[in-house]
Amino acid sequence: MTLHLLNKSPQSMSLYSNMLASLSDNDSILLIEDGAYGALSAHNKIFKSLPDTVSLFVLRADTEARGLSERVSALFEVIDDNQFVELTCQNVKVVSWY
Amino acid sequence: MSDKKSILIINQSAPYGSNKARESLDVALTCAIFEMPVSLLFIGDGVLQLLNGQQPEALQTKKHEAMLTALPMYDIDCLYVTSSDLKQHGLQSEDLAVPVKIVEQKQIASLIQQHDTVLTY
Amino acid sequence: MTIEFDEEGYLRNLNDWSETVAVEIAASEGISLSEAHWEIISIIREFYQNYELSPAMRPLVKAVSLKLGKDKGKSIYLMKLFPGSPAKLVAKIAGLPKPDNCL
Repeated sequence: MTLHLLNKSPQSMSLYSNMLASLSDNDSILLIEDGAYGALSAHNKIFKSLPDTVSLFVLRADTEARGLSERVSALFEVIDDNQFVELTCQNVKVVSWY
Repeated sequence: MSDKKSILIINQSAPYGSNKARESLDVALTCAIFEMPVSLLFIGDGVLQLLNGQQPEALQTKKHEAMLTALPMYDIDCLYVTSSDLKQHGLQSEDLAVPVKIVEQKQIASLIQQHDTVLTY
Repeated sequence: MTIEFDEEGYLRNLNDWSETVAVEIAASEGISLSEAHWEIISIIREFYQNYELSPAMRPLVKAVSLKLGKDKGKSIYLMKLFPGSPAKLVAKIAGLPKPDNCL
């Protein structure tokens, strides 16, 4: 169980590829900062081949700031800072992709 | 076996263009001095750090390759590189400055699982 | 020619180093250089030439061990020659930068 944090937009595609290549079952991905743009429905294809056991999250403050509140793909659960902390505790380790 | 936490450092940046590659090895050496077991994984553009024949004199910067060759002196012997990323750049093990273990992309996940702490650069 | 040192006594310009300078730096640290000192100095300078790094204690011990054998490749041996913090002291006398990863 690893939480993967990613903070760049999908323009940094290689960062996404590297992260996706490093996933195990039951890992979680949380998009933060410019990573929030990756939660736009237009980018669903990046995440569509992932197994169902991988959970996708995006940080509320970062989506709101960027005008993404109404535009987040249904693949993602929008979470607040407290849930971010919980998620960090639930996972065995955290890997930051930046 | 050591009771120190093991650390995996994932390198995905090419050398010279930014400080990331250098910082990564600085962290690796420092951890090694504190006797933490250190493994290095090179993926994506990170594999370009491993190229032999680097001559950065004109850039007036330190030679990344020299630092890589110093790793065994710090007892860092676990270097991994993904075969697909080598292939992506048309490289083979003869192109590399240091001995590495070539792994498949699907082994990255298990490397992450095997270590206590994972850093990316 | 004046030779510049930083506030900790390391050479600012590595090219200023010579054996005479080494003797002077060592004297200022209260060390009179013997053959045993010189062979360590030569090893650390070769290390720097190969790796562009001043070694911390562990790699220095390893380098000495590889060159001079296990009897000399020990912290205690280096501590006797260069009391206190051998990695820093050898680097200083050998005209190299202070080891980065030496806390």
